[in-house]
Amino acid sequence: MSTGTPRAVVTGLGITAPNGLGTEAYWAATRVGKSGIGRITRFDPSAYPARLAGEVPGFTASEHLPSRLMAQTDHMTRLALVATDWALADAGVVPADLPPYSMGVVTASSSGGFEFGQGELQKLWAEGSQYVSAYQSFAWFYAVNSGQISIRNGMKGPSGVVVSDQAGGLDALAQARRQIRKGTRLVVSGSVDASICPWGWVAQLAGGRLSTGDDPGTAYAPFAPSAAGHVPGEGGAILVVEDEAAAAERGATVYGHLAGYGSTFDPAPGSGRPPGLRKAVELALDDAGLAPGDIDVVFADAAAVPELDRVEAEALNAVFGPRGVPVTAPKTMTGRLYSGAAPLDVATALLAMREGLVPATVTVEPDPGYDLDLVTGQPRVMTVRHALVLARGHGGFNSAAVVGAP
Amino acid sequence: MDNQTFTLEDLKRILREGAGADESVDFDGDILDTEFEDLGYESLALLETCGRIEREYAITLDDSVVGEVRTPRRMVEVVNEHLGQTAPA
Repeated sequence: MSTGTPRAVVTGLGITAPNGLGTEAYWAATRVGKSGIGRITRFDPSAYPARLAGEVPGFTASEHLPSRLMAQTDHMTRLALVATDWALADAGVVPADLPPYSMGVVTASSSGGFEFGQGELQKLWAEGSQYVSAYQSFAWFYAVNSGQISIRNGMKGPSGVVVSDQAGGLDALAQARRQIRKGTRLVVSGSVDASICPWGWVAQLAGGRLSTGDDPGTAYAPFAPSAAGHVPGEGGAILVVEDEAAAAERGATVYGHLAGYGSTFDPAPGSGRPPGLRKAVELALDDAGLAPGDIDVVFADAAAVPELDRVEAEALNAVFGPRGVPVTAPKTMTGRLYSGAAPLDVATALLAMREGLVPATVTVEPDPGYDLDLVTGQPRVMTVRHALVLARGHGGFNSAAVVGAP
Repeated sequence: MDNQTFTLEDLKRILREGAGADESVDFDGDILDTEFEDLGYESLALLETCGRIEREYAITLDDSVVGEVRTPRRMVEVVNEHLGQTAPA
């Protein structure tokens, strides 16, 4: 909080989630525990071992985007571009009115544009290389959302993409905060992921962590004795992150600020050293200048893989004490959105602060052995000043962020 | 498909199919001499368009076309030159 370090505040939200398209619809569903998980409709899943997903409802991209962009974008990019439009409108920012080099774009990605890529690969095999779209050169690419957001909105400041699976959603926001601290006025950040297509699906199946349950009410059950993998979802959240002084100067409404961040990487298997999640939490708290008792609620990573649930519960109990802090996983209503998950959790934390209500973890009869104060059944009415958001990526990424009220 | 000719209408159709059309451009106006860049098409859009023309008309355009052909009029001319070369005598 030194005067030399500008605070990074969030002034706009754009949400595309399986249980609600747009912030209003998402929050209306989330606050009452309405899930968006169901049987896959984007392709016929009957021949696959996992058949449930969280699909964004009611999104017709051509209603929002010009045909020039339709020809060159994957589904995830279309969602990200529209979420960005909404976030900027929510923030009251008209990019054309600001200097291009004062605005950057930092998103995350876990897999790139799989659905577009699948279509082009099918043309390659079935018809030949001359049938592959020239736009395949970038439409599949991890950085494509950042690039397209930058081009559409004329944002030429520091930009990039972070690829660290689910942890990337927080890593991108941290990178956005870094750029704000270094003098960029505004950064469009957060992330949207989507790869609910046969090619994306088999890639996820190969990871071995998908739930094969067919009941949307129980298939994704983190911290439950029945936990047996997750249900994937699509979507995420785009956030407008601004230098606090610049936001105040233009009279912006502030949702909250990015108060702290920490990230670690797990030691190699068999090393005997402990997992890195607890350290990531401690780093984030230190960075925010807060004690564990200052955190009002934790938005869990919620892997729903018993070993990973145990690691997360142990990390939280080590830092906060057994049942020492309310923990929730609204992602049980959306499925795991990969890089889109943590930005959506950050947005949800900000909305929870605004309303004074923590949404519940649905689908869960928690295992009492974890000793967590899991918010289940009903949402919890409470004041939230600081929320901790956790996100882990496949292969050992651990990230933690503290979000603070305005 | 004997004695094919390639018209501005064919070009506009293929541009729309492969790359879309900029809503701020009047496509039905006189665009023959408007540069592709001003019509909202970057080099990748032209690469895609040339690829589609090659497939549909079974011709091979020189790689330099994407970089050197700047207007619809010139593109229509170049494609017709190729059609003339490949047409039976």
